[in-house]
Amino acid sequence: MKVIELAVLLIITAILAVGLIKGVDVFGQFTEGAYETLKTGVSILPALIALMTCVGMISASGAADALAELLAPVTEFLGFPSECVPLAVMRPISGSGATAVYEEILSENSPDSFIGRVASVLIGSTETTFYTIAVYFGAAKIKKTRNTLVSSLTADFTGFVFSVLAVRLVFGQ
Amino acid sequence: MSGFLIYRAITIFYNGQGLEMMKYIFTVMVGISLVFGLAAGNISEVSNAALSECSQAVELMLKLIGPMAFWGGMMRVADKAGITDFIAKLFRAPLKFLFKGIDANGKAFKAVTMNITANLLGLGNAATPLGIQAVKELSEEESAGGVATDNIIMLVVLNTASIQLIPTTVAAMRLAHGSSSPLDVMPAILISSAASVAAGIASVKCFAAGRNVLSRSKRTITDESH
Repeated sequence: MKVIELAVLLIITAILAVGLIKGVDVFGQFTEGAYETLKTGVSILPALIALMTCVGMISASGAADALAELLAPVTEFLGFPSECVPLAVMRPISGSGATAVYEEILSENSPDSFIGRVASVLIGSTETTFYTIAVYFGAAKIKKTRNTLVSSLTADFTGFVFSVLAVRLVFGQ
Repeated sequence: MSGFLIYRAITIFYNGQGLEMMKYIFTVMVGISLVFGLAAGNISEVSNAALSECSQAVELMLKLIGPMAFWGGMMRVADKAGITDFIAKLFRAPLKFLFKGIDANGKAFKAVTMNITANLLGLGNAATPLGIQAVKELSEEESAGGVATDNIIMLVVLNTASIQLIPTTVAAMRLAHGSSSPLDVMPAILISSAASVAAGIASVKCFAAGRNVLSRSKRTITDESH
């Protein structure tokens, strides 16, 4: 996809050019923003160490395969690759956990394979639903949530199903 | 209400900080791998994983931190150059359609547009405090008093669906694993995101419309009985 690679370059150039025209210290602000992100990265590393170890142990024990086998009737019906089932389970619960499962999938399957692509689209098109709901409503002291969870999970489930459909549609796999 | 019970269970686990639930997930996952490892005779593989996977987490972070920091830097420049405000202005019209009955010049709507824009640009760190502020402002403007109004539900559902335009972390991880074209999944991600967001919006609007019809028919019944 040459168009996308060009688009990324154009976005970077445009951001810097507009910044310069508007009198922004583009280098100073860039390093400031990069430093903020580095701090975030370091702060999530301990969670990533814990969860990647767990995910590695689970997949070495054969439990992930057992879960995939258990859900096989549903996933086969949807044409959903069983290798991506642990990712779909982890995705709404924990961001670092989902990253750990995604890393595991990419080390066992090529990122350009059907499974690698479905996993990429799945993690890219859904969010950490339970966490987001808990943080937002906890902070804003909302007690009566009505259809929030049902509607969020409807969106997630649609994302899971469409990650397979979109990969088939775009790549013809 | 089973949905409410599940939500209560989740909030008790997460305890508003997002960390409480993890202690159970951590322990249960290790426990499951011990039980399955024993049952399937994979004990040596499981203990090897316990000792070696942690260094892979550090390696992964080393591969990710460069691209993540690069985009963090670019997005800060974009923010300071007024690009975020510009995009927020572009999204005012579609957001007015999604959020009914609130003041388009008020604090709540401004917080909503800034939160959605931060999500679109992949500014996760900025999006969460803006989102919490938006929920608080909406709650105040609609005097919700602890009840999630249709607008609050809409905002949270938009935040639990991914609407990031450039999937930088996914691209960085695909590149680290030798993808020949790490960004070639972008159109598929956009299709899947759009479908997921559309389903979320449709669900929120259906529930809102359903409640409207219910309350109207209730009103008609009481009117007739008088």
